[in-house]
Amino acid sequence: MAQTITQKILARAANRKFVDAGENVWLNVDVLLTHDVCGPPTFDIFKEKFGPDAKVWDPEKIVVLPDHYIFTQNEHAHRNIDLLRQFAKEQHLPNYYDVGTERYKGVCHVALAQEGFNLPGTVLFGTDSHTCTSGAFGMFGTGIGNTDAAFILGTGKLWEKVPESMKFIFEGELPPWMMAKDLILQILGDIGTDGATYRAMEFDGDTIFSLPIEERMTLTNMAIEAGGMNGIIAADEVTEAYVRERTDKPYEIFTSDPDAEYHSIYRYNVKELEPVVAQPHSPDNRATVRSLKGTKITKSYIGSCTGGKLTDFVMAAKLLKGHQVSIPTNIVPATVNVAQSLETEMIEGISVRRILEDAGCTIAQPSCAACLGGPSDTFGRSEDNDLVVSTTNRNFPGRMGSKKAGVYLASPLTAAASAITGKLTDPREFLS
Amino acid sequence: MDTIIQGKAYVLGRNIDTDQIIPAEHLVYSLSNPEEVKLYGKYALSGVPPAEAGLPEGNIPFVQDNKFESDYSIIIAGPNFGCGSSREHAPFSLQVAGAKAIVAESYARIFYRNCVDGGFVVPYETQEELAATVRTGDELRIDVANNTLENLTQGTMHKLNPLGDVLNIVEAGGIFAYARQENLMG
Repeated sequence: MAQTITQKILARAANRKFVDAGENVWLNVDVLLTHDVCGPPTFDIFKEKFGPDAKVWDPEKIVVLPDHYIFTQNEHAHRNIDLLRQFAKEQHLPNYYDVGTERYKGVCHVALAQEGFNLPGTVLFGTDSHTCTSGAFGMFGTGIGNTDAAFILGTGKLWEKVPESMKFIFEGELPPWMMAKDLILQILGDIGTDGATYRAMEFDGDTIFSLPIEERMTLTNMAIEAGGMNGIIAADEVTEAYVRERTDKPYEIFTSDPDAEYHSIYRYNVKELEPVVAQPHSPDNRATVRSLKGTKITKSYIGSCTGGKLTDFVMAAKLLKGHQVSIPTNIVPATVNVAQSLETEMIEGISVRRILEDAGCTIAQPSCAACLGGPSDTFGRSEDNDLVVSTTNRNFPGRMGSKKAGVYLASPLTAAASAITGKLTDPREFLS
Repeated sequence: MDTIIQGKAYVLGRNIDTDQIIPAEHLVYSLSNPEEVKLYGKYALSGVPPAEAGLPEGNIPFVQDNKFESDYSIIIAGPNFGCGSSREHAPFSLQVAGAKAIVAESYARIFYRNCVDGGFVVPYETQEELAATVRTGDELRIDVANNTLENLTQGTMHKLNPLGDVLNIVEAGGIFAYARQENLMG
């Protein structure tokens, strides 16, 4: 029987040759990810259900990456870090990346990739909805809650309903003024925030395979914004080169059978597309940047698991070089590795960091920061009636802090162009 | 699991995301310390824009100021309830506030799983646009065995979708209870 890549990966994890869309299966989990917001309650449930002296199923397979509320004076947030530290010590977890040490990494989805935990063909569950990001590596990744995570901690297993798959094919060369963010916002506008609920979103076509891995991660990252269980892109030589630079762990590459069944197939010719944003207050509220030209904004924000990777800042820097921002422009590298690369990555002999600083941007320390608002002293948090153009993934009411603020989701190029003018601006105005 | 769930309705619109159910700034409280747990009840649904809170009138808070529990125990909503973040704090906060069931046209996957596997609130689906007819404050009665919802205030009867695949887990009270029952935990 023909299967999609997602079916094949789940079949492997269920010790089966074939799994059918719609059936519930028990999966063996390869990696469980958690962080400072959901780790402590997960560990509480684990102890309550398995006993105070219980041991986790496999310390090597648990990755704990604090990233949400790191650079804050909030005492409850500090307590959560203490609870992670304590559990990691009790359980001898080798993959705990402590805050305030050289091991600290930053945003979990980007750090997982950089530290070599993303392996084609594997099954990752994480206590964060953007765990779907890892699907860019030809693996299954999806978000779960604390109870499910606690169940995995004790058993290494979880039930899942095998999803139907939707296929999104992009063809043609991506022009220099467009990024993966424009493609996923295009899809969201077409199918809506529940257009892929309980389904796999598979990305395919020559455009996709011409993208660097970080851009592919932007696509899979926002699968959850359409309600998708997972986003997935088959591994190719780009994926393998990235993985092999970071780990020598074994992996298995799966691809969809040509005659596999899909819920639906969408085809896009990128030549017919242009830069878009999602207007307040929903990721599917799409409009072309051109049509909103001149819309006043008060802040620009470039950061998060979606838009805080090195490629995102390189593209922003290319556009900002030689210009000045006219509104507060906040830069939050996703990880320490990204932050360090800003200093070593050069554009015409000048570091990306220097270009961003010379343009007037403020660069913060790596974490989730204001993507989800956070405690009141969080860097970049929206205030009052702010109108923010942001490379993040969600613009629900109050998402970046203030309940009165509005957020326009955009590509790093659009966020950079808009930072210069203080108005929503199509990057072509600076790149033509 | 209760055989009858009865209480007042609290009506919401579509795409109620988990940031609206429990805003991120509140995710720092303990979910096990009884005093801090109350705060999840206090702030449940506090991120819903006032005009959309407690339809059709709006401007009705789910939990009154200075209270930790809601007067409403059945939430009625449109499609895609619980979209967004995976925070289990969301169904937890609804349970702490006193909600017993949600009746929505559809759910986001992670929220739905969390309701079921954590045993917090029962997530019913319905084919009807109940959010258009039920009014916040209406007295509702869910008959679990028959999958029906009776609006005692308006004198109407409505069908709910059977819980299907997850009924066993809901009846057991969550994934741990279910797994023990089925000898899945070794």
